[in-house]
Amino acid sequence: MPKLTIDGKEIEVEAGTNLIEAARRLGIEVPHYCYHPGLSIAGQCRLCMVDIEKTPRPTIACNTQAADGMVVRTDTERVKQTRQSMMEFHLVNHPLDCPVCDQAGECWLQIYYMKHGLYDPRMTDEKVHKPKAVPLGPHVMLDAERCILCSRCVRFCDEITATGELGIFNRGDHSEIGLFPGRDLTNNYSGNVVDICPVGALTDRDFRFQVRVWYLDTARSICTGCARGCNVEVHVNRRRPHHADGRRVARLKPRYNGEVNAWWLCDVGRYHYGFVDAPGRLTTPARRGPNGVAEVGWDEAIAAIAEALQRHAPEQVAVLASPLMANEDLAALRRLLELRGVRQVAFDVPPAAPAEGDDFLLRADRTPNRRGAELLGLGGDAAGILAAAREGRLRCLWVFHHDLLAAGWPASEAAEALARVETVIFTGTGANATSDRAHWVLPAAAWVEREGTFTNFEGRVQRFRTAVEPLGAALPEWDAVGRVLAALGEPATAGRAEHWFRALAAIVPAFAGLTYQSIGDAGQMIAGASSAGAPAPPGRRPQVPA
Amino acid sequence: MAETVLMRNFDRANSHTLAVYRGAGGYAAWDRARTMEPGAITEAVKASNLRGLGGAGFPTGMKWSFIPKSHTGPVYLVVNADEGEPGTFKDRYLLERDPHALIEGMLIAARAIRSALGFVYIRGEYVQPGRRFSAAVKEAYDAGLLGSGFDLVVHRGAGAYICGEETGLLSSLEGKKGWPKIKPPFPAIKGAFGQPTIVNNVETLCCVPPIVERGAAWFAGLGTKTQGGTRMYSVSGRVKRPGVYEAPVSITLRQLIERAGGVSGTGRLKGVVPGGGSAAILRADEIDVAMDVDGLKAAGSMIGSAGVVVMDESVSIPEALLVLARFYAHESCGQCTPCRESTGWIYKMVHRIVDGHGRKDDLDTILDVARRGGGTTICAFYDGAIGPYISYIEKFRDEFEGLCRS
Repeated sequence: MPKLTIDGKEIEVEAGTNLIEAARRLGIEVPHYCYHPGLSIAGQCRLCMVDIEKTPRPTIACNTQAADGMVVRTDTERVKQTRQSMMEFHLVNHPLDCPVCDQAGECWLQIYYMKHGLYDPRMTDEKVHKPKAVPLGPHVMLDAERCILCSRCVRFCDEITATGELGIFNRGDHSEIGLFPGRDLTNNYSGNVVDICPVGALTDRDFRFQVRVWYLDTARSICTGCARGCNVEVHVNRRRPHHADGRRVARLKPRYNGEVNAWWLCDVGRYHYGFVDAPGRLTTPARRGPNGVAEVGWDEAIAAIAEALQRHAPEQVAVLASPLMANEDLAALRRLLELRGVRQVAFDVPPAAPAEGDDFLLRADRTPNRRGAELLGLGGDAAGILAAAREGRLRCLWVFHHDLLAAGWPASEAAEALARVETVIFTGTGANATSDRAHWVLPAAAWVEREGTFTNFEGRVQRFRTAVEPLGAALPEWDAVGRVLAALGEPATAGRAEHWFRALAAIVPAFAGLTYQSIGDAGQMIAGASSAGAPAPPGRRPQVPA
Repeated sequence: MAETVLMRNFDRANSHTLAVYRGAGGYAAWDRARTMEPGAITEAVKASNLRGLGGAGFPTGMKWSFIPKSHTGPVYLVVNADEGEPGTFKDRYLLERDPHALIEGMLIAARAIRSALGFVYIRGEYVQPGRRFSAAVKEAYDAGLLGSGFDLVVHRGAGAYICGEETGLLSSLEGKKGWPKIKPPFPAIKGAFGQPTIVNNVETLCCVPPIVERGAAWFAGLGTKTQGGTRMYSVSGRVKRPGVYEAPVSITLRQLIERAGGVSGTGRLKGVVPGGGSAAILRADEIDVAMDVDGLKAAGSMIGSAGVVVMDESVSIPEALLVLARFYAHESCGQCTPCRESTGWIYKMVHRIVDGHGRKDDLDTILDVARRGGGTTICAFYDGAIGPYISYIEKFRDEFEGLCRS
């Protein structure tokens, strides 16, 4: 392994490591635009110049591999002057429209100008004009004047998705990013080009003009769009609610995890959070009686549900859990089932139309925690439960999240089943046809409103954290179930998700030894499982001749 | 008059045909080379001191020897016939009047580098040279010269100067936008379609048959200590007899202008571009300089493609710079930032000065911008552009200042 010196500090790196990455490990930032660790080396922006001993002029760090004995300096006068020049060149034709630019606050032109530019502008001539506010596809808007032509988006569509929608057209300072004729940026990963765009050229049509980025709070989380569990950051707007009509979740951004999703996130996952702030959110516990629906307090609802569970024989009670629930929720539910001796439980309600996965990150299973529900032993015969209800053998049915009337069985049968059960309890984030027929409706906190863990399809247990307060009186499912347990006399069920994770780790062998601390930010595999790592992008797979 | 090597067949009727070329002794060198070991051909070319005649002046034999010996896959020979350097028109004459000399040179070079496939990338605007060369390729196939161990593909450019930069040419040849490639890797290691590739200029390869036929020592003896042979100088501008002149590389610029009939127009020389648009301009008192790679380097300019543009005293240097500045702004491929942004910016400043709206500090800005961008780009395009930016202003600053308002 080559050992080199950067700014007087020695470091040993694997062969093939470039100087940007080698410097990064020493905490030295080499500014750059076109370089991205997930893409090929373009060497276009020319900002990452460093001085290498015995090299006559500054060299780009991105295309220089660390070599044994190499002596690199990133802090010479010559390097500083080169960076300043490159900043001036990048900004010569830039419109400098920061006040109306959505990227302001997270723009690498702003950041690097303040760090490495700070020159007096000399450009007094007319700037080059290019197309503005051009929709490239359903999610991405282009402002070609702001573009610094780093080509990251073009390389992304060539090398990651292999869809090749984008190109750079024309020459010289008239060069511009654009779509090839007849193409739209409709691939399922289009949102990533906004993430990797270092400037305000590509903005997110969903996010733009909602809120200034400096008002955003972030939390580390997991995407719930499918069973892969891509690592994300949730960006929420709590400080300027009036800027976005009360919409709190501003956007999801992928968070690097080389074992799961690398730098990327699919559009299905990225834009699936709309339900969190949707008008149909359930916010208050409610009771449906002969005289209609009445909002009630949690205490009343919990007492009534506990009473129903006690009153009915275990054979007359069934639970339809959900793979949308976190491990902690499922652990609390399992305890409740054990306590009452309820054996009729299932989580796998067949979807009306099966989803399809894609050739990269997106899984056909669009739930985040099927593996967790399986490991907790909550699998069962959902159709059998429905049949039992229709045949009048059930007195109490607790449904989590599912809309039984929009599932892969006849809606009339589901409606009939619900009508024959004396006490139907529904817990979920949003109203649906099932909640409309439930006697008790308990609002659940969405995943961004709470913490917990999901187990992805490979068996990786990953933590998600609270980004924003629950809407209204919504509670995490573990909390609602825990309150029922307390009402049934179960001693002290602590008011934290972690309590349930500890309980789970103690009783389910696959989770033995796992703690919130050991899971950390990268996740941890359950006992006996191994990870194949983030899949190779379609554009990077070896091509098989036709 | 010195010996003509490259233009030896130009005056023969139908010199572009195989029959005439053969009648003048053509393909004898190939007959000889095919009995030689590939390594021996490369050694002969090294000993001849042949240096690339497209612009960079890199020793040809040394370039050939960079092909990795261990490589077992294909090796490509690519001919750069995308002649686009302002003031240069020599390759077009070779393609039009002696296309078989290039084919013969390619056959020999291909044997030296063990290549079975060659590409000739001809500038799109070169219609007649393209036709002539394609016809010659057909003749060579029909005669069995091509197609038995070495195949040749003619590829036409589409009008971009940057495709004359060797790696821009390779990108274009591969069907991509003609963007130069970042180096390393160099083409000899990883070139066209990812395979080791040698890119040579038309004129360079046309020197190879005479070297094989008459010997490396003879060829080396025609030139200077560091560069062998003769070369073709394209002389244009204010001279009485513009055209292509072949001369030993030891000729001086003054002698060359005299061969072209001397300065026309006012008859009084103001400046000369000695090596194509990208070469620094020389003043009238700087023309006693040898027209080889090292002679012009010592004079602060470069021989480049040997395109000589002569300007008499009536020529406006700022207007001459405007023409070139427009050219570089138009032809910059736009791949890397310093070149993309500053060629356009400098053009706007020069334009403003010529229009009478310039400021004297614009001149310092141009010089500073040019110097800051120099040596920072992927290819040599921008370093070529700053040759004129800096030299025209430094050497004729009074003329520029005379146009400035403040």
